[in-house]
Amino acid sequence: MWDYLKLVVLAVVAVGAAIAANYAHDLPYMVNAVVVMLAAAITFLWTLRHVGDPPSLADVSANYNDGVVKAGVIATTFWGIVGFLVGVVIAFQLAFPQLNPAWSQGILNFGRLRPLHTSAVIFAFGGNALIMSSFYIVQRTSAVRLWGGNLGWFVFWGWQLMIVLAATSYVLGGTQGKEYAETVWYIDLWITVVWVAFLLVFMGTLMSRKEPHIYVANWFLLSMIVTVAMLHVVNNAAIPVSLFSSQSVPVYSGVQDAMVQWWYGHNAVGFFLTAGFLGMMYYFVPKQAERPIYSYKLSIIHFWALIFLYIWAGPHHLHYTALPDWASTLGMVFSIMLWMPSWGGMINGLMTLSGAWDKLRTDPIIRMMVVSIGFYGMSTFEGPMMSIRAVNALSHYTDWTIGHVHSGALGWNGMITFGVLYFLTPRLWNRKGLYSLQLVSWHFWLATIGIVLYASSMWVTGIMEGLMWREVDANGFLVNAFADTVAAKFPMYVVRALGGTLFLAGALIMCYNLWKTVTSVDRKSTAPSAVPAE
Amino acid sequence: METYSLLRAFADSWMLLAMTIVFVLVIFWALRPGSRAMHDDAAESIFRHDARPARDTQTARRPSKELSK
Repeated sequence: MWDYLKLVVLAVVAVGAAIAANYAHDLPYMVNAVVVMLAAAITFLWTLRHVGDPPSLADVSANYNDGVVKAGVIATTFWGIVGFLVGVVIAFQLAFPQLNPAWSQGILNFGRLRPLHTSAVIFAFGGNALIMSSFYIVQRTSAVRLWGGNLGWFVFWGWQLMIVLAATSYVLGGTQGKEYAETVWYIDLWITVVWVAFLLVFMGTLMSRKEPHIYVANWFLLSMIVTVAMLHVVNNAAIPVSLFSSQSVPVYSGVQDAMVQWWYGHNAVGFFLTAGFLGMMYYFVPKQAERPIYSYKLSIIHFWALIFLYIWAGPHHLHYTALPDWASTLGMVFSIMLWMPSWGGMINGLMTLSGAWDKLRTDPIIRMMVVSIGFYGMSTFEGPMMSIRAVNALSHYTDWTIGHVHSGALGWNGMITFGVLYFLTPRLWNRKGLYSLQLVSWHFWLATIGIVLYASSMWVTGIMEGLMWREVDANGFLVNAFADTVAAKFPMYVVRALGGTLFLAGALIMCYNLWKTVTSVDRKSTAPSAVPAE
Repeated sequence: METYSLLRAFADSWMLLAMTIVFVLVIFWALRPGSRAMHDDAAESIFRHDARPARDTQTARRPSKELSK
């Protein structure tokens, strides 16, 4: 009965999407409708082939649902490579404008690829890493199987569909013009559906837990899920111009719209890329170090301080704009207050290794995690400093901001995710260990040197262009034209692209290493009893 | 008084006070005497049930060494 209902719904969606593609007002909408049609058709065929399968008699509740976590490992790695590759391409496009050839205009030029890069790394790579880690952590720390049966799989595949829709939409010009929230209205609706399912799976697992206490990593992950849901719904409130168009009109206007956008934008950083990844840190760093977290009390204080402070920091993106001064001062003050919990959290993560610092020499995975915590500390120091109005006057609109974002994204989010992927792969596929620790070391050094090149070149170029923009002669005329700054930035742009290339090379080495781990490392001898297929 | 001014006045007086008090209380609650045993148990919980779910709540609650794998 349930299968028939699914088939009917999928068939209606496929036919409806085909009709929508026919009536489409614009190209991104049409292509997205075709993607939806294909996705629904493939799912329809898959469901059809499995109608009437005898229900599995194995008691799955005796095992964790690791299938969806395995899929998450594959998806995170794949989208990571895609996102880094697009990033390297656009870095070279900035350095060498001739890489935006006339034939590719409107599809593969910098302006179209840039949101593809940001969304691919944040939502595809980072999002999959978060979903994968959430599902792994919440099962282990609750000591129960993932709640909701196949709902976890719906979250996984729904998220991949969202990524494909967003990517095909961006390169064809479908965008809301809101940074990190470029996805058009129907993709926003789909994200909401998938995200609510994610919340249900996570909450359901927590509520059926057999551990009395909810481990702190789950607090961070749950706050990420809840807050991102709230931010996403408020910031994307818009009225579509037509049911068959990707265009929509935002319900806010002027400075209110800007404020809502940066309330969203900064908390997307604060909750998606910080709270969520801190959840990963609080589980995987103690696991890899084989020691409990340095101070559980500090982790609780870290959590609540982050929750109470982060949500107010958004207005620091709007210094010297139409936003009232009191609002931007508020954002600045709360950003500076964030120094304390951020560094408390960093100390907590690092001190987990106290008494086991020798592991840094022998275990490249823990080295990766420690460097990522170091970058967390560094970028959460740099961020509040840049939010101070006087510093912002120099740094805003320059490449310093881009350098700051990447020391956080490549250093903190990237490195901890690599560490988690190295942690999870041998465990999920039940291997004795990784294929090669030496390759992990190669990855580590390539990525670290790449980030250092990236961040330092962006500091130099950002401060340089900030100073050039404000330079005036004795008569008060501006000394430099905008094009002068662009010309002066060329060497730093090349260094940045090289740094990105090194980072990508490291990630490719990781891909190879993980692949060889699954295909050619022996199974662990003390294999647990057979896990039923899922 | 229009809605904006009303909400604004409320936000930077009573609401601010309430949230500050809640925040301070939360920190004191985390640091309260006698919570160490529970916190140590929670910090160790990640080393239990690595391979498969707990069979029942009773085995999950007992933080003994033989359960941790």
